[in-house]
Amino acid sequence: MKSLEISTGEQEDSRLEITCLGIESTAHTFGVSIISQRGSAKPEILSDIRSIYQPEKGKGIHPREASRHHAKVAATTVAEALKEAKKPIESVDIVSFSQGPGLGPCLRVGAVVARSISAYFHLPLIPVNHAVAHIELAAMLTRPSDPLVLLVSGGHTVITSLTSERWRVFGETLDITIGQLIDQFGRTAGFSSPFGKTFEEYAKKSQNYIDLPYTIKGNDVSFSGLLTASKRLFHDKKNLEDICFSIQETGFAMLTESVERALVFTEKDELLLVGGVAANNRLQNMLQEVCKIHKAKFYSVPKIFSGDCGAQISWNGLQEFKAGIKLNISDSLVKPSWRLDEVVINWKSF
Amino acid sequence: MAVGRGSHKLEKLLKKGAEASLYRTEWFGDEVIRKARILKTFRQLNLDIKLRESRTRREALFLREAKRAGITTPLVYFVDLIKAEIIMQFIPGRSLKEIIESDDEDISLKWCTEVGRYVARLHKVDMIHGDLTTSNFVISHDKLVMMDFGLSFYSQRLEDRAIDIHLLNMVVQSAHNNYAENIMHAVLQGYQEIASKSNSLRLLERIKVVERRGRYKRVE
Repeated sequence: MKSLEISTGEQEDSRLEITCLGIESTAHTFGVSIISQRGSAKPEILSDIRSIYQPEKGKGIHPREASRHHAKVAATTVAEALKEAKKPIESVDIVSFSQGPGLGPCLRVGAVVARSISAYFHLPLIPVNHAVAHIELAAMLTRPSDPLVLLVSGGHTVITSLTSERWRVFGETLDITIGQLIDQFGRTAGFSSPFGKTFEEYAKKSQNYIDLPYTIKGNDVSFSGLLTASKRLFHDKKNLEDICFSIQETGFAMLTESVERALVFTEKDELLLVGGVAANNRLQNMLQEVCKIHKAKFYSVPKIFSGDCGAQISWNGLQEFKAGIKLNISDSLVKPSWRLDEVVINWKSF
Repeated sequence: MAVGRGSHKLEKLLKKGAEASLYRTEWFGDEVIRKARILKTFRQLNLDIKLRESRTRREALFLREAKRAGITTPLVYFVDLIKAEIIMQFIPGRSLKEIIESDDEDISLKWCTEVGRYVARLHKVDMIHGDLTTSNFVISHDKLVMMDFGLSFYSQRLEDRAIDIHLLNMVVQSAHNNYAENIMHAVLQGYQEIASKSNSLRLLERIKVVERRGRYKRVE
């Protein structure tokens, strides 16, 4: 094992390579990734292995079942990540894990694996906030300078920007997230979660817009009424393609309007779209349009890294380690409710 | 109805907002603002027309009705629902957001207390502003002017009043994080001057309920 000191700007340290093993396990995905960075050079994602829990048809994530899945695949996923990265475990310098927010039983699996590796190989243990990690990986891959961020996924629907070391929330959902809206409607229609990809395929086949509740409150949105109304349309035997199209047009227009409000209020000239729902082309197009109107530059996380993955956790873990953040195993309990805006950002994101 | 419309040649774009553009123009010789809600091509056309029309209608209504509650708002001269436009009084001055960002804290806090009084007066007559932010207030001739009523509605529900304040709180926490506590303290102080004690207490309790419902808020 290498002995590690945090670099203080001396030349020899600036060339030091640090390798981080990151573990993601907030919800349906158990992911492990190895990332390496030499000094402040461009980081290299050496591997990013994911094993995704698949619920039964018409069902959502069952936390206990998902955690059992994670426990079953944990060892092989870690081994595979190391193998693909061509790194023996001895060359790993630090271990990071998603400490929250997420489903308790799932988070605990990732935490146990991370603690075990950390304790056995005497490696520093780094706690990562899953929401921050989504943003940080996207920022590293797309390089904006000071963006407004829209984070949309199963767990989040947040409009935020970084000011005085914190991600400040300008708008968010008052009830369920956009991902929950899509997944829960999908379940009603007999599909298992996540439903996002199939949802978009169905929506693409229709141009028939059915009126649905559009709820904007200031910069905030609310999707619960939209979900109820959509379910009712399904029970009324309306065409599934039309319903998906209408949910997409209504829900995404609400998001786009909130983003537009926040863009004008904050006077930012960049927008970064991140999270699993960022993979949706229609959402991207709507946001691009608004960015054009307000002369803002549009960035979106590359599709393969939009969903939950280990690379988010390994990259943010590496950033945190360089900023001097470490965790004692005794303080490493998972935090199922750990808000984005509680994290002090004392590293450079952009 | 284009009769009497001031000459567009003199028109000047004052502000490109999120929803609407504000133009400074003339109306029968008076200097006025033309607030035009612009077509949003990212939305379905039917939905867009419906939203712009209803917001224009609401805004015109509430600009007028709020005056009856003792709140200073711009005068409405003309409403065109088809074009989703309102011709209203031009209010010279600076936004509360600018004042908080650049003036002494006691000056901005004085205005925040007035914001609280305004909101309480609205709530007292069952009006909900729906979009309270520091950029929706202007200080003009030493008076606070409330505007942007496009998301306003009538409600007697405590929940809607609580969300009204909660939205303002969120904006303040994110945009003015250095003074957030003091600002919200001043706002609530102003609110309590106008609202009855029991109503204020019930509201404060409900705001906590709304906050706890937020994503990943810990239940205390």
